[in-house]
Amino acid sequence: MSDTKAPAGATVASSGRRASGLPIRLEGVTKRYPGQDKPAVDAVTLELPAGRTTMFVGPSGCGKTTLLKMINRLIEPTSGKIFLGDEDVTGQDPDQLRRRIGYVIQAGGLFPHMTVGANVALVPKMLGWEKKKVAGRVDELLDLVGLDPTVYRDRYPRELSGGQQQRVGVARGLAADPPVLLMDEPFGAVDPITRQRLQDEMLRIQDELGKTIVCVTHDFDEAVKLGDKIVVFDVGARVVQHGTPEEVLSDPAEQYVADFVGAGATLKQLTLARVEDVELRQVTTATVGGDSAAAVAVARAAGDDFVVVLDQRGRPVSWPTLAELGRTTSVPGTVDARLPVVGLRSTLNDALDTMLAASQAGVVVMGNRDSLAGVLTIESVMAAIRQARAAVAG
Amino acid sequence: MTAATTGRPGVDTAGAGAAADARDTAAPAKARGGWRALAVQPLLVLLGVAAYLVWRATATLTETEARQLNATALWTSIREHLSLTLVAAVLVLVIAIPLGIALTRGPFRRLSPLVLAVANTGQAAPAIGLFVLLAMWLGFGFRTTVIGLVLYAALPVLRNTMVGIQQVDARLVEAGRGMGMSAAAVLFRVELPLAVPVMLAGVRTALVLLVGTATLATFIDGGGLGVLINTGITLNLNSLLVSGAVLVALLALAVDWLGRVVEHVARPKGL
Repeated sequence: MSDTKAPAGATVASSGRRASGLPIRLEGVTKRYPGQDKPAVDAVTLELPAGRTTMFVGPSGCGKTTLLKMINRLIEPTSGKIFLGDEDVTGQDPDQLRRRIGYVIQAGGLFPHMTVGANVALVPKMLGWEKKKVAGRVDELLDLVGLDPTVYRDRYPRELSGGQQQRVGVARGLAADPPVLLMDEPFGAVDPITRQRLQDEMLRIQDELGKTIVCVTHDFDEAVKLGDKIVVFDVGARVVQHGTPEEVLSDPAEQYVADFVGAGATLKQLTLARVEDVELRQVTTATVGGDSAAAVAVARAAGDDFVVVLDQRGRPVSWPTLAELGRTTSVPGTVDARLPVVGLRSTLNDALDTMLAASQAGVVVMGNRDSLAGVLTIESVMAAIRQARAAVAG
Repeated sequence: MTAATTGRPGVDTAGAGAAADARDTAAPAKARGGWRALAVQPLLVLLGVAAYLVWRATATLTETEARQLNATALWTSIREHLSLTLVAAVLVLVIAIPLGIALTRGPFRRLSPLVLAVANTGQAAPAIGLFVLLAMWLGFGFRTTVIGLVLYAALPVLRNTMVGIQQVDARLVEAGRGMGMSAAAVLFRVELPLAVPVMLAGVRTALVLLVGTATLATFIDGGGLGVLINTGITLNLNSLLVSGAVLVALLALAVDWLGRVVEHVARPKGL
């Protein structure tokens, strides 16, 4: 089905994105629990496009999680059919089916008595992969989710922070390269800053892999940020609206959706605009251990009043002012733990949050693969807000 | 975004690093403390054995006492006691662990209150009464004693097996099923390993109970160290009474220690 061109404006940067996923089709899927007169999920029919992220949003108890769990048949549907690609999987052996569908839950759900490597290796081993191939795959995946395999492979989950555990959870879900990834409130159990980073991370991974992702969340901002498509549910998993984030935000199907998304608030538009859509300021950089005076001179010439210090691998570690840098002889390698950093796919909302949290008037923007993309200043964000308001006013 | 991943300025990674460091230093310290605690108990037992041997070599004994306390007779009593304990323990494990597992599985879950009630009664009934009633029904001897002991000691193993499995986070079970593990695979690779510490604690309790309760075997002709105690009481021979009591206590302490060592070694890493 919809390997076709997504409707215009389906996503911000989806053009040319590789799609390795399979489409998912739900036909009249219903779940009835004995002793309840209303079905928990009532005849839902949905098509989820291949290689795209679809976000299920709705109030708690609306049946979105039940619907998600019916896709991998952790919950057996009472009636209805589920297709993966063209294949009807409703009657398939559930264990075999689930090995082809990645599953990521809140807080990672890692097995505490197995090392990080063993957790990630579980599904490939069940599928009978060779030892060598499994080991290689584990390292590859840990690398993908940003954890150094040599450091983390043999650690136990309790030695990891919540954010790191969640990363391993994602790696485990992707281990056997499944075409479909189901995520159940994956980032619900981590603090806001870590959550934003994990979301950025997921966008980057999805850019690389193009899986069909179905992700349940109750956080509408998260849905807008991560989703190529959003499905808004009401009680009984009634599909109230199914569209791109832009469509849902600008044209809510019902009052219910408008209330839920809090539409009308111009600042919501900030969750649609990405850092990469705004012009970044290019800044003077200096490498750790270099000559301070020379760096100061270069910055002066460029008209900058601060310098972004990069380490040997090109990752920013701090951004001292010229006065601070001038007091040293060689560029210091001190890591500024409060250095505000966002990614290109972060929303302007994230960027503003990060600035406020760090009490800074700008953030350092990271590009792909650890490189510096530039600096986003609060002025550019304000300009974007003004533009959005003007557009709405119209 | 890549910044967080590479451990750059981040609440996420920075905090984790610190926490992990703290744990890295804490873990070995804990292990060392654990082993030190484990080393004390066998020393006490060995001291007790040595003290008993010294007393035995120097004490003046009556003829009856000397006959019962010579090396061969004593060894026979201890061996009888140990075989009662071991046979009963093996049966308890073979019966209670599978039963406990079964009672946490879907359709049998409803039976668990019933089975627990029966097991509770088994343990609440005075052991001596249980033994005598069983003997009247099944006859005196080793076999009946073992049956009585099994009934008496099954509860802690059964209950701890069930509790150990039930306390495993339901989300882990769901994660396991969600990634395509079969119900059996989840049981053997997730639930049971995580239940091991609680289960082993139950096994240790049962073993200590068994060593103590096996002294009652003497009343239904089951042998063991209880014979010494019983003879000591009825014939007013204190040396026999004290010997029996001290040896049972030392045996119980030794068995408890073995149980602790197994718990320490079998505890899954990472918990």
